[in-house]
Amino acid sequence: MNRGLFLEHVGWTGAGIAYALGSGGLLTGRAIASGAVGAVEFVQISDSHIGFHQPANPDVSGTLKMAVDAINGMPSQPAFVVHTGDITHLSTAAQFDDARAILSRLRAPLIALPGEHDVVGNDFKPYLANFRIPHSTAGGWASWDASGVHYIVLLNVFNFEKLGLLGSDQLEWLRKDLAGVARTTPIVVFTHVPLYALYPQWGWTTEDGTKALALLQPFDRVTVLNGHIHQIVTHEEGNIRFASADATAYPQPKPGSAPKPGPVTLPRGDLLRAIGYRTVEIDGGNLRFEDSALG
Amino acid sequence: MSRFLKTLAVAAVLLVVTPALSAPSVEIKNDAFAPSTLTITAGETVTFTNDDDDAHTVTANDGSFDSKGLDTNGRWRHAFVKPGTYTYFCELHPFMKGTIVVKPVTQ
Repeated sequence: MNRGLFLEHVGWTGAGIAYALGSGGLLTGRAIASGAVGAVEFVQISDSHIGFHQPANPDVSGTLKMAVDAINGMPSQPAFVVHTGDITHLSTAAQFDDARAILSRLRAPLIALPGEHDVVGNDFKPYLANFRIPHSTAGGWASWDASGVHYIVLLNVFNFEKLGLLGSDQLEWLRKDLAGVARTTPIVVFTHVPLYALYPQWGWTTEDGTKALALLQPFDRVTVLNGHIHQIVTHEEGNIRFASADATAYPQPKPGSAPKPGPVTLPRGDLLRAIGYRTVEIDGGNLRFEDSALG
Repeated sequence: MSRFLKTLAVAAVLLVVTPALSAPSVEIKNDAFAPSTLTITAGETVTFTNDDDDAHTVTANDGSFDSKGLDTNGRWRHAFVKPGTYTYFCELHPFMKGTIVVKPVTQ
């Protein structure tokens, strides 16, 4: 089930992550089996696009159920499962109903972020009728402390004309939030759209993300986990490590490898190898993750 | 069928078909609006059709119109009453941009 290994690999936290320098200077990675027996702290899933009915995945509900079953079957249950957005394809009530029905079967508590597909028309209401981020502020973003980690949810999907925007209110909240956090505390940030300029040509960036990263840079260990791009890409900037996750719905092309982003149609077996979920262990403040495919 | 009736039938077909052929339309394909700039006359209705494998929106920069989510094969029509230049984009893919130029009706 574990991902294949890339040729050149560098230990991220001593064991676990392997990545290779891809085209455009991007680090693309796959986790390797660490052999460690540490307990999984949380699981990340992303981009389920419930309501999508195209050849790239004619059964997105079925593949999300596969991910839920795999997580429920884990020997020790994680503290929580985070969904990093695009739960639905077009924010309709029926799509949210279907998604909630599947995700409510998770044994672990769910923290679900909205993606831009969950707030079509900049309308937060259909999402809020079904999901709510714990500890969230009026704007929807949130932070909490658990197991020695400071967790932060940043929302960068509300905007017009620009996708990937935090806005001054959220940045000001982040500044105040971090003021109370010790430099040595590990920080884990969840977003939907990548916080750094992963591939701006396809909108895979956050316009004012550099302002958030400047606030996070002074901390010793920061990890930003996101969705949106339907593939695993890892990256580092100073003390900040980034890792986007696979979708549970369908893959998208590698940055710049196709004329446009969008669903990639693969044979069924290949599809199941290109979608999946991520387990994250926290060991002495270090984050170690492993990506598992559904097939 | 008499020649008259045949002529009438052909005329009827033309009447039905002609407006459809000349109706202003924008096709959404490969993450682009085609044509990217469409010029019409005030009062005309533009049909936007999503022929892409992904969902899109047709959203005016000035907020004057918004298709909301337009799924694959989805179709949305909007009547442009006031002359002017309207720029729009896809909310899900903001790098997709289009323009509708609405000319005044000439007397």
